[in-house]
Amino acid sequence: MSFTPDIQAFCCHYTSQQTVAEGREGLKNDGLPDSVTLNRLVCTGKLQVSALLKAFEDGADGVYVAGCPADECHNMKGSKRAAKRVQAVKRALKELGVEPERVEMYHLPRGFHMEFVEAAQEMDKRIKDLGPCPLKGENK
Amino acid sequence: MIVAERKPIDEILGMVQDAERILVLGCRGCVTVCSAGGEREVEILASLIRLGMKKQGKQVEIIEGSLVRQCDKEYIDGIDQWQGRYDIIISTACGVGVNFIANLRPTDRVYPALNTSFLGGSPEQGVWTEQCAGCGNCVLHLTGGLCPVARCAKSLMNGPCGGSVNGKCEINPQVECVWQSIHDRLGRLDNQEMMNDIMPIRDWSTAGHGGPRKTLRDDLTI
Repeated sequence: MSFTPDIQAFCCHYTSQQTVAEGREGLKNDGLPDSVTLNRLVCTGKLQVSALLKAFEDGADGVYVAGCPADECHNMKGSKRAAKRVQAVKRALKELGVEPERVEMYHLPRGFHMEFVEAAQEMDKRIKDLGPCPLKGENK
Repeated sequence: MIVAERKPIDEILGMVQDAERILVLGCRGCVTVCSAGGEREVEILASLIRLGMKKQGKQVEIIEGSLVRQCDKEYIDGIDQWQGRYDIIISTACGVGVNFIANLRPTDRVYPALNTSFLGGSPEQGVWTEQCAGCGNCVLHLTGGLCPVARCAKSLMNGPCGGSVNGKCEINPQVECVWQSIHDRLGRLDNQEMMNDIMPIRDWSTAGHGGPRKTLRDDLTI
């Protein structure tokens, strides 16, 4: 079954500088999948568990967070906090009987790097393989 | 503070199966401090319930609210602001809060979202440990301020027992032997001879073994 997933990416100001520099079209030319919607944050440390769950409530099939390298966060511990919250959402998804792989944390270098696009491509492939998120209730 | 943690979501979903309108009610007291049942946890639990029910093909309407405390009559009255808008209440307070709502709202259906665990403190962020058993007959003045009732696996009054090895308890090598700690601390305080005093057989009636406890302060009642 082929489907176009809805993937919500939460990226910090520093890891997503590329989006500002290149714009959506530029990123698309670099290979950013259409399925990925970028949500820019000042810092991923600001992201709460409830915001990630809300993305699933709003119909996301997959969610990921792109923050600074764990030991090089611009705001010291922001991306480490985000990674912990992603883990909490993984546990919550597991409790709900949903694949925890639907949410992921990426620690990416700041500035212009292909890793930013590669993370999006990895999630696009992963979510396409998993299929639509059961939390949408469409299988009932 | 009273320390608690959220029940498995399956158990909570089991409680709300027949409900169409749910009030998820937080408490801004102890359970906020231990990150189990404050406003932030209400938001998360409401989301988990909506997602869990949606997965089952059911829609629920959820009101997210919180009270200053759920262990005082005057604050329980705050529930009136949601009157007629919910079928059931899922309380993220400790067991006291759930009991208080049940006591004061005779026809409301109220269920616990948390397992109330113990009276404890937070030695570091994200960690809570039991420190007090609320036994009603404090002996901390005899034990260097460290509680053998709450922190000794056997609640021994004259320890340590034979299971104390290198300062650890026989039940788990990660658990400190509080009687070793009491011994060491009394030594540091130059009070080690207190270990020679034999504590008498304890009267546990103040610890709940005499039935539910009640405190009455005549100077405060109206």
